[in-house]
Amino acid sequence: MKLTVWTYEGPPHVGAMRVATGMKGLHYVLHAPQGDTYADLLFTMIERRDHRPPVTYTTFQARDLGSDTANLFKTSLLDAYERFKPEALIVGASCTAELIQDDPGGMAETMDIPVPVIPLELPSYQRKENFGADETFFQIVRALAKPMERTAQISCNLIGPTALGFRHRDDITELTSLLSDMGISVNVVAPMTSSPTDIKRMGAAHFNVLMYPETAETAARWMERELGQPFTKIVPIGVGATRDFVKEVAEITGVKPYLDDSRLRLPWYSKSVDSTYLTGKRVFLFGDGTHVATAARIARDEMGFEVVGMGCYNREMARPLRALAKEYGVEALISDDYLEVERVIEALQPEMILGTQMERHIGKRLGIPCAVISAPVHVQDFPARYSPQMGIEGANVIFDTWVHPLVMGLEEHLLHMFRDDFEFNDAAGPSHHGGHAAKPAADQTPAPETNTPVDAAIWLEAAEKELKKIPFFVRGKARRNTETYASLKGVSEISVDTLYEAKAHYAR
Amino acid sequence: MTELPRLPVSGGCRDEPILKQRGQREVFCGLTGIIWLHRKMQDAFFLVIGSRTCAHLLQSAAGVMIFAEPRFGTAILEETDLAGLADAQAELDKVVDQLLARRTDIKQLFLVGSCPSEVIKLDLSRAAERMTERYAPSVRVLNFSGSGIETTFTQGEDACLASMVPVLPKTDTRQLMLVGALPDVVEEQAVSLLSEMGISPIKVLPAPRSDIDLGVGDNTVFALTQPFLGDTHAALERRGARHLPAPFPFGEEGTTAWLRAIADEFEVDAETFERVTAAPRARARKAIAQASEALNGKSIFFFPDSQLEIPLARFLTRECGMTAIEVGAPFIHKSIVGPDLDMLAQGPTLSEGQDVDLQLDRCRAARPDLTVCGLGLANPLEADGLATKWAIELVFTPVHFFEQAGDLAGLFSRPVRRADLLKLEAAE
Repeated sequence: MKLTVWTYEGPPHVGAMRVATGMKGLHYVLHAPQGDTYADLLFTMIERRDHRPPVTYTTFQARDLGSDTANLFKTSLLDAYERFKPEALIVGASCTAELIQDDPGGMAETMDIPVPVIPLELPSYQRKENFGADETFFQIVRALAKPMERTAQISCNLIGPTALGFRHRDDITELTSLLSDMGISVNVVAPMTSSPTDIKRMGAAHFNVLMYPETAETAARWMERELGQPFTKIVPIGVGATRDFVKEVAEITGVKPYLDDSRLRLPWYSKSVDSTYLTGKRVFLFGDGTHVATAARIARDEMGFEVVGMGCYNREMARPLRALAKEYGVEALISDDYLEVERVIEALQPEMILGTQMERHIGKRLGIPCAVISAPVHVQDFPARYSPQMGIEGANVIFDTWVHPLVMGLEEHLLHMFRDDFEFNDAAGPSHHGGHAAKPAADQTPAPETNTPVDAAIWLEAAEKELKKIPFFVRGKARRNTETYASLKGVSEISVDTLYEAKAHYAR
Repeated sequence: MTELPRLPVSGGCRDEPILKQRGQREVFCGLTGIIWLHRKMQDAFFLVIGSRTCAHLLQSAAGVMIFAEPRFGTAILEETDLAGLADAQAELDKVVDQLLARRTDIKQLFLVGSCPSEVIKLDLSRAAERMTERYAPSVRVLNFSGSGIETTFTQGEDACLASMVPVLPKTDTRQLMLVGALPDVVEEQAVSLLSEMGISPIKVLPAPRSDIDLGVGDNTVFALTQPFLGDTHAALERRGARHLPAPFPFGEEGTTAWLRAIADEFEVDAETFERVTAAPRARARKAIAQASEALNGKSIFFFPDSQLEIPLARFLTRECGMTAIEVGAPFIHKSIVGPDLDMLAQGPTLSEGQDVDLQLDRCRAARPDLTVCGLGLANPLEADGLATKWAIELVFTPVHFFEQAGDLAGLFSRPVRRADLLKLEAAE
């Protein structure tokens, strides 16, 4: 048993739903109790989809247990086929149905449904959402895709995007146009946007673009082996990665590398004088392995940040991320324990978190700005505007997104200069926060933590007064640094001198 | 000012046939009750013993909205727990030790059963007893089931409150108990109205803290503030308490009838009743009249969700001028919603339980002006051109009693007004 307050990933059948919901003409019959239908709202509310996910739940109840849950499954499967007439079906069990061992796959096999029925084995008590998506897509591809003649023009499949993915919708558009500039057409995008009929003709592509290793690597490897299609290893998020991706595609296909970077703004924005204030900002990265790995390169090489820590919640990416972290001189945190992530962030005291919606909570609690770089997603991760992460426009979007939570350069200087101005006091708050002060949320009284330092130093009045002169957005850090410094030096009273000694100690 | 009460409709709906169809249900499970209960009971922690799905559900249902560390969590069952049950009990002890060490402010711990823990028959009542002994007197450990194979949505609150009743101390005091978790502002209004009538003492279940003096006994009468509290109702009667049946306090009419049932029991004279209720009643009528302009003459269709559907249909048809096409509820406890059914005019289809595909067919055929449904169905129905109201807001938002009657009508009129407001045809 493992105690969890927030989770980064759902159960594996939610991963299967992400694949099914992204597709057309596929239906998922899920042996599950009624409560599991909550998963529908992930798609209709968070992603604002205008259709229900193509999932029929068997909705068994306590009174069905031990009597006819198996029949319930069969009836539901037949009804779903009759009502939705899909081109193919996937069948599986959720965590509770797994315990009652009805074997949906086996039952479906005996039923003569006139379309392909693909059984899913998704061990709920061992694996999680990304595994579920990866495995489901793999099983669909394995069941339907066949070797076939290649298209006349050089073409590829874009694989990995799913429903509820972090900016997958816009990444598809960006990559399609990037590849088209090189004279490469897109054969099939899958699972998102594809139908079972499309999956059948995936073999016609010359190679695969593996957009998100989390959700399609197993299928990519299978297609490499069985259909002779190489796949790309570089995920084109960030300027450098996009350029490398173009080279990689050129090597695979033999076409001339070409990248239309006329709209690329990140490098100049990064060099422009306003960005000086980004210099060496200490950032902590956390999310899925792919997004964290690409974000690390952008943070260090394209934004001039200092990466003080990185990690991912999906164990499948532990190995590459550990190796990468070593290159950055930090240790990777591989954990799906939200509280552990919070502890690490608290200890590192970064100036910005590049994380998930979960880290946004942590950031709020600790007063650290956070930009979201990865799933798990939230309704605000599906903006109406075009907002990819990949390619040229993705790099531009990332620059804006990451800079936004930090106070802008010139504004920061002005705040210093005018800090005694009556409208620039603490209560006024910065203008980009909507004009109202950051008030202490009543909700934010966390439980008394047991790890409060027992040897906390006392602030002398003069020091406390001096501290108030420091701009409010760095005051919290100054306070923490001074206290840490004081405890380091065994100082019991904090004077103005201690404050400035600490400032000198931590100066970079 | 005295207004004539609206006369009961001949017969009402109490004896109307109820449509029951078995199929896929589109409802939350009872675990979701934890979302509002953990804010209501300030020294309680809810520990779900379940799977990753349960943890994911709670997080999705809470909408990643809670800034403070939530006072709920999941002990996720793993392969090893499924292998042997003796292990699972020991594992649970470990998790609870860990939790209580971390959260020393916890005085009540609820072990909440889920689908997987029910299926493997993990004995949580035994665990709760064992832990109560171990942590007494600082922490009381109780258990209930919020599993989706046993409960839907609001039944979780029912199961939770019902689990608290047997351990309430016995009292012989003649007292009124209000039963149901309400937003604080609403609860205070109810207590203040009743206090002004001279009724006392008034107790509330659930109390905000476990150290509040709350007992039950033969001289306790209780009024339900929510219609989904069937098990709690039964548990209180087993302790000798007596229920005061009444329509539920939604809208001016429901609130008045609900208060009157209590006032009659405590022999409050008509003059006092009038003095206390006249002003807020007038305010409520005015507010409803304003907020329900957009609703008058419009039709409404309820998908089953919270069990609030019947009292709400009564409010919307009688006070806001709507026509009900179908009123679906997950369960219909006639002993509890009977007074509301009596007042609901015949005509709508009453349905209990659900086959969501068939119900969607009926809804699309009827094309109601407003559809009340769960979050999973709302956007798909909007995409079909049907205005919808998320049922979940009716549970989270203050909607009870006089001062909220206008807001309640407003919750329903907003989507209708919005549909009229938008001129998107040209843009599409």
